[in-house]
Formats: sequence, structure tokens, C-alpha cells
Amino acid sequence: MNLVIEFVVASLILLGAAFALLGSVGLARLPDFFTRLHGPTKATTLGVGAMVLASAVYFTATQQGFSLHEIAVMVFLFITAPVSAHLLAKAALHRSAPECSEEIDDAGK
Amino acid sequence: MMRRLIPRPALSLALFLLWAALTNAASLGALLLGGLLALVMPFVTRRFWPDAPRLARPVVALKFAARVAWDMLVANWAVARRVVGPVASLSPAFVEVPLDLRDPFVATILSSIVSLTPGTVSVDVDRDRWVLHLHALDAPDPDALVRVIKLRYETPIREIFSC
Amino acid sequence: MLNFAIEIGFVLIGIAVLLNLWRLLRGPDITDRILALDTLNINAIALLVLFGIRAASSAYFEAALILAAMGFVATVALCKFLLRGDIIE
Repeated sequence: MNLVIEFVVASLILLGAAFALLGSVGLARLPDFFTRLHGPTKATTLGVGAMVLASAVYFTATQQGFSLHEIAVMVFLFITAPVSAHLLAKAALHRSAPECSEEIDDAGK
Repeated sequence: MMRRLIPRPALSLALFLLWAALTNAASLGALLLGGLLALVMPFVTRRFWPDAPRLARPVVALKFAARVAWDMLVANWAVARRVVGPVASLSPAFVEVPLDLRDPFVATILSSIVSLTPGTVSVDVDRDRWVLHLHALDAPDPDALVRVIKLRYETPIREIFSC
Repeated sequence: MLNFAIEIGFVLIGIAVLLNLWRLLRGPDITDRILALDTLNINAIALLVLFGIRAASSAYFEAALILAAMGFVATVALCKFLLRGDIIE
């Protein structure tokens, strides 16, 4: 494996791990649930996405043929993250003000 | 005929590409099986799919995807800075974005993009009044945020799906 | 260089996991705990990917994929339960 690819993989890993850590810092540190939601949905998703991409680059470089299946994990993460965030936000609204979120629920139908 | 055989070309293509990625596109057999699955699965799951509007402007869609990817990086940088900075000076807010589009499928795409990009998470899409409820991590000026989202994301999406 | 980066990656993700655990234990609301579980799950995917690169084996990838799928379904099911008091209507 040549030096350029090693450098790319290493920096993707470091960047990804740093963003994943920042997402968790946000989760632990921010004051209320809705602000906490921002860290994991954005930073953690991008961070782990970068690490998965690093894995794809690494295995493409070391084994013969392309290693595409990591891309599937990445796409899956990026599609599911907003959906779980959306559902969590809805659940939190429902719990904090049941009457109000009933209204939203009914209107959403 | 073509239309009946492949009721959802975009879904079939996505399934085929996913299968190719999962098997690393290793052999001809895997690709053939993927093609078969891409033809059969839309039929089996037909009843669960909403009526998606047609992709009217594929080239604009690609450009838009690239811009969203870039915005995601910028948004992450912004969120990261706010997370490590002083927490008390943040001004989180619930924001209502009045929508011009009238399609539940496109509204879902817009809310997903909004969740992944500019320091906002979508909370609810009100399909009676067509309002997107958001939570913003740091929005000192909610009106500016609404303008940015409408101009930067909703307008191109409406152009792409022509709705 | 790569091994060094992987070690640092392990340390950073390890700290992230500890922060998630702290939020999981502290709460205060049940939605915070679900969010912490979801984030733990995504960090576990990151750990698996790192293990895979260090061991130079793509066998870890399948576990990561299953974890991604199951974690998403679990989060959705928990949220549905909170919203409706029922998972399958």
C-alpha cells in the first residue's frame, strides 16, 4: 500500500473519530433534549460515515477489486439518521406536551 | 410494456446498485441475481410505496446532491464549533417554515435534508397547513433561517420534481 | 502511520462511548436514553470498522451492516412505542 493511500485512510479515520467524539460531547453537554439531538444526528453520522469510507479506501487498495459494500453501510446511515432524529423529536414532543402533539399528530394524517 | 415490466425504474436501479455494492460486484452471477431482484422486489413491495413524483431534472438533482454533501460538511463544522463553545450563549428555537410544495414524498426528502444540514432537525411536517416544524440549535434570527431553507433547498427540490 | 491513527481512533471513540454511557445513565428523560442508545450503536459500528481495518479483514463489515440495520429498527420501535403505546398497530 503506498504512502498517499495510507495518509488518506489515516486522515479519514482521525477526522471521523473526531467528529464522532464531538457528537457525543454534544450529547453529554448540551442543556436540553432538542439541542442534544443535533450532535448525534449530524456529527456522529458524518464521523462514522468518514470512517466507513476510510475502510472502503483501505480494502480497495489492499485487496483486488473494489470494496463497495462499505458504501452501502454509509448510505444506510445517512438515510436512517434523519428518520430516527425525526421520530425521537416527535416522541419527545409527545411526552413533553401530550395535548399539543396530539394536535400535530391529527393534523399530520 | 416497459412501464409494466419496470413500474419503478428509479427503485429498480437503486436496488440493483445496492446489491452490486453489497456483493462487491464480484461476479456475473451476483450481478444477474441483483438484476432479477431489482425486477421482482418492486412488484412484491408495490403496495407499500407512495406515489413518488417523477424526477423531472436529473442533472439538477446531481448538482443539488453535491451541494447538499458540501453543506453537510459545513453544517457539521458549525455544529462542532457550537458544541465545544460556550453552551449558555446558544439560542435554540423552534422554527416554522411555510412550504410551497404540496407533495408528501418531496416534503419527506426536504425534511431529511434539513435534518442533515444547517444546524436544524425537522420535528414535524404539518400536511394540513403545509408547514415544516424545525428545531434549530442556534438561530438568533429565525426569519433568516427560514429564507435560507426556502431558497437553498426547497426551490431546487421543487424544480427537480417539478411540483 | 496507519496503526497510530487507528489507535487514536480507538481512544477517541472510547471516550465518545463513555460520554454516551453517562447520558444513558443520567437521562433525565427516556427520549434522552433512546438517543444515547442510538448513538452508542453508531459508535459501535465505528469500532467494528476500526477493528476490521486493523485486522485487515473484511469479515467485520457484515457485523457492522447488521448493527446499522438492527439499531435503526430498535430506535424506530422504541419511538413508536413512546408515541402510540404500541409497536405494531
